[in-house]
Amino acid sequence: MKSLAELQAIRAKTLENIAMRKEGNDGARIVVGMATCGIAAGARPVMLAFMEEVAKRKLDHVTVAQTGCAGMCRYEPMVDVILPGQEKVTYVNLKPEMVGRIVAEHIVNGRVVEEYTIGAAQK
Amino acid sequence: MKDLSLHILDLAQNSVKAEATLVTIRLALDEKGWLTFTLLDDGKGMTPELLAQVTSPFATTRTTRKVGLGIPMMQETARRTGGDLTITSEVGKGTTLTATLDTTNLDCLPLGDVPGTLLSLFIGCPEKPDFLFEGSSPRGTCSFDTRAVREVLGGIPLNEPEVAAWLQDALKEEIDPIFGGVMI
Repeated sequence: MKSLAELQAIRAKTLENIAMRKEGNDGARIVVGMATCGIAAGARPVMLAFMEEVAKRKLDHVTVAQTGCAGMCRYEPMVDVILPGQEKVTYVNLKPEMVGRIVAEHIVNGRVVEEYTIGAAQK
Repeated sequence: MKDLSLHILDLAQNSVKAEATLVTIRLALDEKGWLTFTLLDDGKGMTPELLAQVTSPFATTRTTRKVGLGIPMMQETARRTGGDLTITSEVGKGTTLTATLDTTNLDCLPLGDVPGTLLSLFIGCPEKPDFLFEGSSPRGTCSFDTRAVREVLGGIPLNEPEVAAWLQDALKEEIDPIFGGVMI
């Protein structure tokens, strides 16, 4: 297994981040639907793309998490982006190549990518 | 499902929902090309009644829909190669699912991204349960145990970005030499 000593160093750094996040209360959440429907539609590469983008940009206040089936399987892969103090935004029919834009425009700059949202899909 | 690693990700979620504390995922590829996938958990288990109907698409524990396709699809995937899927379960003890597949059969799905499946399981279930992966192929054996990782991390969840980045590298390093490109 890769060196656990390296993990030890990551632990110390991460503890600081978690403490800062608690103080600032500015945690954002990215929640990916990972039931059978989501997985079959391609949720795994989408989740991993979010994780990689968050790590690359060092967005320490952002967590990636999973949820089950929302009952709208035709829209999978579906992802909710929840910024503190704001309504959740649901993105639908996602592909890994759409993830960079959502992170840059919505999570970093606070502008929802309307054309990827469930609202746009239902029009 | 496009490949076997996606089936594994999907079925492991059943163990998570069954409130397992340890989920063991085993992949063993023998010299003749038979792959045995075992999913073993210490979750709440199933009654004989649920167990009897669990391979039917019309049995599910989810509340948003009346169909549950995870297990029947895996069974179909295994049977198409001449293999099969069996499940044993005991209430309060846990469940063991075993699928066998002939990877030399033309209808066998590719294995897919096993490190990616494990990573997304860890990110999706950052606090619990623990996962133990054990793999073997004619090239050798590999294993990955989140209990060892948590021992170092203390209470830090596995979906912290830097932790996840470490897990991604560690999983690839451990598993790719054994399963990377084994099945075409």
